[in-house]
This record gives sequence, C-alpha cells and structure tokens, in this order.
Amino acid sequence: MTEEVSLSDYQYPTEPTWCPGCGDFAILRSVKASMTDMGLAPHESLIVTGIGCGSKLPHYMNVNGFHSIHGRPVAVATGAKLANPDMNVVVTAGDGDSYGIGGNHFLHACRRNIGITQIVEDNRVYGLTKGQYSPTSHKGFVTKTSPEGAIEPPVRPVPTALTSGATFIARAFSGQVKQMTEIFARAMAHEGYALVDVLQPCVTFNPGRSYDFYTDLVYDLDEDYDPTDREAAEEKAKEWGDSIPLGVIYEEDRPTYEEQVPALSEGPVVKRSLDPEERSGVDLEEIKRSFI
Amino acid sequence: MKKNDMTVLIGGDAGQGIQSTGKGFIQSLTKAGLFPFGRQDYRSRIRGGHNFFEIRISEKQIYTHTDGVDLLVALTEESVEKHLDEIVPGGGVLYNEDFDIDSDTFEGRDVKAFPVPFTTIATDEGGAKVMANTAAIGAVAGLTEFDASYINSIIKKNFAVKGDSVVENNVKVAEAGKEYVESKGYEFDYELSEQPETPDRMVIDGNQAFALGAVTGGCNFISAYPMTPSTSILEWITKHSAELDVVIKQPESELAAINMAIGAGHAGARSLVTTSGGGFSLMVEALGLAGMTETPVVIAEVQRPGPSTGLPTRTSQGDMSSVVFASQGDSPRLVLAPATIEEAFEAGKRAFNLAERYQMPVIVLSDQHLADSIRAVHPDEFDTTVEIDRGELMSEEELEGLEGNYLRHEFTESGISPRAIPGNKNAVYKTTGNEHDERGDITEDPELRTRMMDKRMRKEDTALEAEFDGPVLYGPDEADLTFIGWGSTYGAIREAVDRLNENGNRANFYHFDEIWPFKAGEVKNLLESSRRTVLVENNFSGQLASLITRETGAETPDRILKYDGRPFTPETILGEVSDSEEVE
Repeated sequence: MTEEVSLSDYQYPTEPTWCPGCGDFAILRSVKASMTDMGLAPHESLIVTGIGCGSKLPHYMNVNGFHSIHGRPVAVATGAKLANPDMNVVVTAGDGDSYGIGGNHFLHACRRNIGITQIVEDNRVYGLTKGQYSPTSHKGFVTKTSPEGAIEPPVRPVPTALTSGATFIARAFSGQVKQMTEIFARAMAHEGYALVDVLQPCVTFNPGRSYDFYTDLVYDLDEDYDPTDREAAEEKAKEWGDSIPLGVIYEEDRPTYEEQVPALSEGPVVKRSLDPEERSGVDLEEIKRSFI
Repeated sequence: MKKNDMTVLIGGDAGQGIQSTGKGFIQSLTKAGLFPFGRQDYRSRIRGGHNFFEIRISEKQIYTHTDGVDLLVALTEESVEKHLDEIVPGGGVLYNEDFDIDSDTFEGRDVKAFPVPFTTIATDEGGAKVMANTAAIGAVAGLTEFDASYINSIIKKNFAVKGDSVVENNVKVAEAGKEYVESKGYEFDYELSEQPETPDRMVIDGNQAFALGAVTGGCNFISAYPMTPSTSILEWITKHSAELDVVIKQPESELAAINMAIGAGHAGARSLVTTSGGGFSLMVEALGLAGMTETPVVIAEVQRPGPSTGLPTRTSQGDMSSVVFASQGDSPRLVLAPATIEEAFEAGKRAFNLAERYQMPVIVLSDQHLADSIRAVHPDEFDTTVEIDRGELMSEEELEGLEGNYLRHEFTESGISPRAIPGNKNAVYKTTGNEHDERGDITEDPELRTRMMDKRMRKEDTALEAEFDGPVLYGPDEADLTFIGWGSTYGAIREAVDRLNENGNRANFYHFDEIWPFKAGEVKNLLESSRRTVLVENNFSGQLASLITRETGAETPDRILKYDGRPFTPETILGEVSDSEEVE
C-alpha cells in the first residue's frame, strides 16, 4: 500500500449485464469502495467466483479475478490463499453456489477458519437460469420448479455459520450501501474466515423479496451490541422473519488455518524457490537414503 | 539346489503384520545384495480377512512376480488352503505347528511341510505372540541358509522407534525361529545367499517413488482426499512436508481437492492432487476448468478396478479412456503413464515442468500394482538434480516492463501465453471457465471462441512435438511378435519377451509411457513394421487398443485382456501366445 488508492483504480470498461435494479450493482460498488477504503490496490486482491449473475462481478471491475465453476469458489479461494496468504482473497457468489451445490465447502471453510472473505449475494432465487427456487428461498415460494410452492424450509446461513465455527459472521442489505461497504471492509480485515450474507433483491425473478420488503424488516444492530459475546450472537443469529438484524453479528479471534500450516511459517510458498534444496535447505539425497 | 531364485509368499489375516513382515524381509534381502520384487494383496478392511505379501527373489533386477510359490509362509490355516495349489513341486510350507489342518493336506503333493511353533517361540522368546511373524521370518532364513545378520539388522532399524527391548525380543524370536528349523533338520532345496556386491539400495514402492519425484520436481502444494490405492502418496508427502515446505491439505472432498489445487496453481504454486478413478470422476468438471483457465495442475490417478467402488484394493488399467477424454467439450491435457518404479519417479519429477510449460492439467496414470509393488533400486537411478522450468511464466523484470493491458490468454503460435502470477500491479487480470477473450473477459463471439479453442488445443500439439518421444522399445528392433502395453503390465510383458527370446523366438515390446497427446505417426509406423502385434492390458475393453485404432486407423485385434483385479504374470501372457505360429 505504498501508493494512494482511489475508487477509479477499480474502474473497468465492461458494463454489467445485470437487470436494472439488481442488488448486484450495489454489491459491486461496495466491494470496490471497501477495497479502496482499506487502501488495497487492485493487484492485492483476488476475487474468486462461481456461476451465477453475481459471480460475474470481477468482470466488471479492475481486479484479479478467477471466475470458476458452480459451487467451487470457496475451494478455489482456499487453495489460492494457502499458496499465497499475502493476497486478499474474496469470494463473491450467490446463495446456490454458497449454500446449495457448494454447501459442503461453506461448512468446512467456517470450521477451518481459512482467511478468505465469502460475500454471498443472497437473492434467494436462481436468477441466471431464470427463476427456480434456491436453498434460501422461503417455504411456499412459487417458481417454475415449485409450482405448488417450495416444500423445504430455507437454509439459515447465519446460525449455520455460527454452529459451524465461523469466526466472523455478518449480514448486509444491498439497500444500505454505506453499511454494506463498512461490513465488507471489516470482513476483509478480519483474520480468518468471514461470511457476509447479503440480502439482495432479484427484481426480475424474486420480486416478492424486494427492496421494500426488506426495508420493512431490517434493522441495524445497536452501537453497543458486542459481536464477541457468543451468547448474544446466538440470540441474534436466530432472529429472522419479522425483524432481521444487519451488521456484524459475530466476531471471534482464533488462529487462522494458514498460520498453523508449517510450510507457510517462512512465508507464501509462491514467493520461494521451487527447487526443494534451495527452498528449505533439505537434502533430497538424504531423503533417498532414508529408503535404504 | 535353487540358489537365489525363489518366490516366498507370506499369508495371514489383516492385522497380523503381513505387510511389515514382508517389507522387512525385502529390506533384509536387499541388504544382502539380492533383488526382491514384492507385491501386496490386501482387502478393504482393517482387521481379518486373508492378505498376502509375495516376494520373488533374484540375483538380478526383476520387474514382476511370476506364477508359482516356492515357499509358503502361512500365518493362518486359511493361508495353507488358499495357496497350497500354487506351490511348485519341491516347494515347501512353513506353518504354525498349532494349526488344525487335516493330516492328509500334503498327501500326494510334492510339497515339503515345515511345521514350526511360531506362537510358542514368539511367546517364550519375545513375550508376545504378535512376534509370530518374526519367528516365521527367522524360520525362512533357517530353511534357506540366509545369513540371519541381515534379518537382525533390519529388525534393529525398523523397531528402533519402539525401544531397545522390542528390538532385542524380536531379534531373539527371529534367531529362535531359525534355530528351531535347523534343529529339526528340515531339508529344503533352496538357498538365499549374500551377493558379492552389496551396494546400498533403496527399498521403495511406486507411490513413494512418484511422491519423491513430485517433490524433486518442485511440488509445493498437495490437496488430496484419501482414496486407495493413491493414499500413500499423500501420506509420504505429508510426512516430509515440514522439511520440504510443502503445503498439505486434506480437504472435505475430491471436489474440494482439485479446486483447491487449481486455486493454488493459479496463485503460482506447483500443485498436486492424488486420487483414484472414483475421485477423478468427481474432479472432471474442474479438469475442464483447469484446461479452460490454462491453470497448471498435476493429478496422480492411481487406478483400481471400477466401475463404482469396484475392487478397492486391487489393480486395473480401466481408467485410460476416462482420463484421456473426460470433460464436457474438448479440453487440453497431458497424460503420462509410468510403467516402473523408476518411471514413476521420473513422471513425478517431470509432470510439474510440463504443467507449467503448457499451462494445463497433467495426469499421471498409475495403478495399484505399480503403486504398492516394492523393489530394490539403486539411489543413482533417481536423479534428484532438477531444472525447474516454468515455461512462459513472466519474471519480475518482464512484469515491471509490461505496458498496456496484460493479455493472460494472448494468441500465440505455440498456443502458450505469457503467464503472470496474480499480485503484480502491471498484470491485474481475470480468467474464467466461460469462454473468454485474450484478456480473460467473457465472450460469446463465434470467431474469438473458435480461435480460443484452437489456441488451447494447439498447446497439445506443441507439447507432443517438443516433449513426447513415442513408445519405448524393449528387446530387438526386429521381431516376429511385438507386444504393446502400458503401465504396470511392463514387468510381466518384459519377462515374457525375455523368455520367448531365450527360447529362440523373436519377440519385442513397446510400452507407452506417454499416452496423450498421441504420437500417431510413430505408432502407425511401428504397427506397420511389426509382423504381429499383441496388446496386453489390464482392462475389459482394451482401452489403449481402442485409442490406437482411433488415432491411427490401424486395427489391433490381438488382445490379451484381464479384468479380475489381479496383475498379469509372464506365464499368463506366454500361455496366451503359446499356440501362435510366431512362437516355437
């Protein structure tokens, strides 16, 4: 961070293909703004995404991006972070990517405390495939694949993350950009795994979960709310439905996965020699002799 | 008297230490300058069930086991029943005197029975019946007049971590086993003796050799989900990870494993994934992602018989078609298939340079027979000097001098684009599994799409030209009978060829250590210049044969196929060709 970073550093010529009014616009803005506020230059971050409208996000900003396959961005991001812990590694992906097909990676990232930030563009519908129910769709949601209404109750990301061992859990709303930007910055600054579940309207395929719908339900956590208080967090995590808290719900200081990996004690492997003898002074001939 | 030419089979239940006993015996034989070939036969369970460890011994390097057992070491009654028919005339059975076996078991057979009270010796001399296997090895030494000091020195080495008393007790038990056999005056027409030269040789299996090759080749990241028979690669690298500075991750699934390796590869690591066929099937979508994003990654696929769970601890060559063609759409890859322990080391060492040079996945196809087979190899056979070549990877200076937009997927003649590791301010870029332009931005443009496909697939042609040599010949240039094989069938085919030629026939053998891309021209030539070719494969459909036909148009009707989960022996192959007119 030797040079001054400005929001314009993140500008990129490609126009988003999102529908007018899509919550992804605000998320894109907040990602760029939070990185700028943190003084991170574009080359210092890697945004890994899955498949879906929101996963196209890195194509619309100047940043390193790895647009992977459906369900796997957390795994790709974990590998990148383990190879180069100096990089700010961020996942942006939808609720299907994060909690459906990629749900297993989500659970394990939580307990693993790998130092990535997972921003979930949670619009509670499959948008890119044009309107099927998703893992976070409400029970009874009528879609093309649930004409009688979705039968399953939705995944509850915040309590799931809490019980799975996540060390930073926040909820944001794409209707509150300033707050969302601050949350993103705190999440990225957090050492260890951070989940930000973003309530994000899909104006085309989930109009029932609109800006107005959420505006009536959401509230900001009190200034004196203490996210390091586990019991308080467990109570807040349960809140859903008639009132939905926004902000950092839980934060815990626990050693990250990567700082406990012996091979990373001397720094990122990608910044060291590939010759094993130069890398660690190890004598391969000696290892060969161990077979004798 | 047969000297230094025999097969010993140690049979017993899982949990009886069959593997450690067999391996210890191999180490002792190696110390004495002999060349053992050991293979394991085990089941997918922790305790119980019949297992065996077969050791063939020779004065020269051998690459295969053979039919027939000269000495059966039975640690269970079941072992006697299972293997009695395999014993050659004049062979013997060492078994626990306490066994309840029918008195007529050996009647009418030219088999010598050597009852020894393994358990009593173990209890009396060592204080624990678990040392029965040590007593048995001592008895083997007694029967074959093998110098017990070689057994004792290996006991000392292997049990040192367990403390002096364990070492002493095992030595006592081994010696008592030997003395018992000698006191009984058992006669056995086999001898194992120290060789004039006893250089230090490694005792190593195929998986360990590959792992050693991989870390020699600069592997600094492995993510792998345990799956037999690949797991010992992960375990070996993990054991050495702290000293070698390799990041190890055993993740939640094979899906996670390959995608983590891709993430690490993208970030600049030399990443490795190890798995077997089932795990590979799960990884296929990500294989295409690596192809599309031009991310280097090495995948070791150690085959076992499928489909589905198949025979989890056994051997097969049934995944060649899968690894060569897996992926939706055409996606580039390189596929290597080491045949021997030495080639496994070389493949491990070579794969990472290839992956970075061509910016694509490299699959190393092995199998259980190669993975678990053990031989004595001179350390000089494994050249640990390595030239790390990262291909078109841009240096710091090149990145500093970069002007304008960095084109991650720039069109080039070779298809290979200059590659920047993310993190430099002059090369901020994207890549994607969607079709993309040179900059890595999504495109739907038909012309760009075509050019990008051509570019990616062209890298296979570039690699084929620059890296691959075509099938490797064993035996004379000219032959009446030409065998073709790949992978772990090597040993059996090679010895079949040797025996044919010793008997005045003219046979040779080509093995394919590089599978994909395919050296169609060379293969076509060798097929056309061969009088009769016979494909030998450990699978149902003849997958190399099909690939040859697909790539060259040449038919390969003569096939010796086997898919019972067991490896070939030279005898199986010779039996199949004995009637042919090329063989006298």
